[in-house]
Amino acid sequence: MTSSETQNPTNGSYPPGTHPDLPPPSTAYGPVHWIKVNLFGGVTNTVLTLLFAYMLWKIVPFLTEWMFLDAAFTGESRRDCEATAGGACWAFIGSRLQLFIYGFYPEAQRWRVDLTFVMLILALVPVLYDATPHRGKGLIFACLYPFIGGWLLIGGLGLESVSTDQFGGLMLNVIIGVTGIAFSLPIGIVLALGRQSHLPIVRILCVGFIEFIRGVPLITLLFVAAVMLSYFVPPGTNFDLLVRVLIMVTLFASGYMAEVIRGGLQAIPKGQYEAADGMGLRYWQVMRLVILPQALKISIPGIVNTFIGLYKDTTLVIVIGRLDILGIGNSSLADSKWQGLSTEVYVFVALFFFISCFSISRYSLYLEKKLHTEL
Amino acid sequence: MSDNVSQGSDQQVSTQPNYLLSLWRNKETRSVILQIITIAVFFAFLAYIINNAILNLAALGKTFSFDFLDLPASYDINQRLIEYTSQSTHLRAFFVGLLNTLLVAFFGVITATILGFLLGIIRLSNNWVASRLVYVFIELTRNIPVLLHILLIHGIIVHILPSPKQAHTLADSIFLSNRGLTIPDPVAGDGFIFTVIAFFIAIAGAVYFRSWAKKKREEEGKIYHVFYISVGILFGLPLLVFLLSGLPLTWHVPEMGRFNLKGGITMIPELLALWLALSLYTSAFIAEIVRAGIMAINKGQWEASEAVGLTRDRTLNLVIIPQALRIIIPPLTSQYLNLTKNSSLAIAIGYMDIVATIGGITLMQTGKEMETMIIVLFTYLCISLLISSAMNWYNKRLKLVER
Repeated sequence: MTSSETQNPTNGSYPPGTHPDLPPPSTAYGPVHWIKVNLFGGVTNTVLTLLFAYMLWKIVPFLTEWMFLDAAFTGESRRDCEATAGGACWAFIGSRLQLFIYGFYPEAQRWRVDLTFVMLILALVPVLYDATPHRGKGLIFACLYPFIGGWLLIGGLGLESVSTDQFGGLMLNVIIGVTGIAFSLPIGIVLALGRQSHLPIVRILCVGFIEFIRGVPLITLLFVAAVMLSYFVPPGTNFDLLVRVLIMVTLFASGYMAEVIRGGLQAIPKGQYEAADGMGLRYWQVMRLVILPQALKISIPGIVNTFIGLYKDTTLVIVIGRLDILGIGNSSLADSKWQGLSTEVYVFVALFFFISCFSISRYSLYLEKKLHTEL
Repeated sequence: MSDNVSQGSDQQVSTQPNYLLSLWRNKETRSVILQIITIAVFFAFLAYIINNAILNLAALGKTFSFDFLDLPASYDINQRLIEYTSQSTHLRAFFVGLLNTLLVAFFGVITATILGFLLGIIRLSNNWVASRLVYVFIELTRNIPVLLHILLIHGIIVHILPSPKQAHTLADSIFLSNRGLTIPDPVAGDGFIFTVIAFFIAIAGAVYFRSWAKKKREEEGKIYHVFYISVGILFGLPLLVFLLSGLPLTWHVPEMGRFNLKGGITMIPELLALWLALSLYTSAFIAEIVRAGIMAINKGQWEASEAVGLTRDRTLNLVIIPQALRIIIPPLTSQYLNLTKNSSLAIAIGYMDIVATIGGITLMQTGKEMETMIIVLFTYLCISLLISSAMNWYNKRLKLVER
């Protein structure tokens, strides 16, 4: 086809087969087409779109107005808020921010909490990113961190000691969450291996423990920690409620962790066990060098989900009278200056949990992609 | 590696037979020894804590017995399905609590399943707006602690909804206020029993029709609209009997009294908040399970069904859903269990479930920490076992029968 043949503008007729390609009709491509197919293709689709658009139109302006445009950010009491704005009263949250973070920790000692938080971040970096420089040393630090953090917060050995009754707020959530996560993973691995063991007695004990833990709610275990556990220690000994809670939360999380890891262990093909046995490796060598690295990799999504669940469950300490971030918010509602602001408090705490849990789950997605080595 | 070498050399230098060491080297005897050690440690630990418990109880002057269950409970329960007064025994309080737990768990499971499947399917739809919005909802809901959901919804009902006088109402028969949700109370007249009987006959008829239609389809290839016809039987027959027996059902519509609504069935704010919160929270997880289950089905299954000429509905019914259910059921079971266990958070808003009755007020009144906690733990274990065995039975029925 040459240009002289196709350019025939005078009468608009072309020899057969020489007409230049025209663009498709404007409804078959681009945004119009996309909208037509994805939003208004078929009756159900159209109804869905209209319904959800209506919901958006109702919810979004209302929420923006309540949360930002018509909200009061300064004030001394609820009356001040209502005088200036009709929406949320964030001044309430602002006036208690310290309480939300540190609980009743003595004001002069709060640098210790800050330092513990900073060290937590420093300990997490080498665990989460394998490209960290000096990762080996970082990992040793991460292993020591729970003990250093415990010493910093509780005191003793040169620091003024602080009673665990004064722990509260966000700090309490982080303490319970991090302890539960740090100790439940090894216990969970041992339980999962025990459940797969060839020794019937070991297997029965592990199955019994795991099924018991998974069969009862965490809150009943917390009650057990609060009222019943002290009966099981020798008379006269009395150990701290927070320690009892930490033990129960760790045991609870390890029951779930064990099941997640068992799933990973079961997914390893039998040939891996046989090949490792064939190499003459012993049981612990087989597990440490061949099975567990693969099984743990498969279980990452499940492990992270257990972590998120545990972190959310730290709010349950409210039922045994410990005030975590939610508990502090709940008890602030009794303040007569700020009465009836429950929605503000709950929305604030909800946002905090959403941001932290959502970022953990995003990290798990990233990790899954990175570790996906097959094909 | 050094281990292996030393092991080899040990076997060669077996000049002095060390009896214990050879027992340890033998795989069978070693496993027996390990098990004996495990069981000894376990029972020693058990004996130790039981001994401590006996000593501690004796020091406090307490005894271990379940006699307190026969004593009058002398506290009130605001939500009860069976007769209960403050003169009733602790045992009866326990049953009231147990029924309250089961009530909220039962309704929670039903609404969470319906909502979860709906959300999961919308999440998969081509509709961009709907899919994105549902995604935002799911992520928001499941990343916020369930306790917070319960408190937030309870707070909204109690603080933000109007008093009964200005209650939101639908057709002047359903009222929503800060005292809860009130609906008309059905009063059965003479002959209503026939409608109930007809309903059960209709269930049997629908079940029979389904298996008959399946047989026909497999033998003759004849296809009936099973879903529509069974729904027709289920609702049509009772409705027909109901009409023929002269509408023997009246509604006791709630009326406005001086301060509160009178008559009708009221769902107290605590129950309403707990039910809504548990349903919403669990539905987000179920939606993700449903989505994962359907997405796990190979695309080839869709294409193959299309190639053999099945319509979209029949592909879903006969090919996709049966396979997806196999993936969905096990995680769905654990969500049901979670919902039941999460219902124990009722204590935070004062709904009297099993933890709040026997594990809460009874414990405080009688000081029987051990006994009450054992009852509560044991009851939850039983409920969990029941749910998981029911779901296991269902799962086994769906399982792929391999030849």
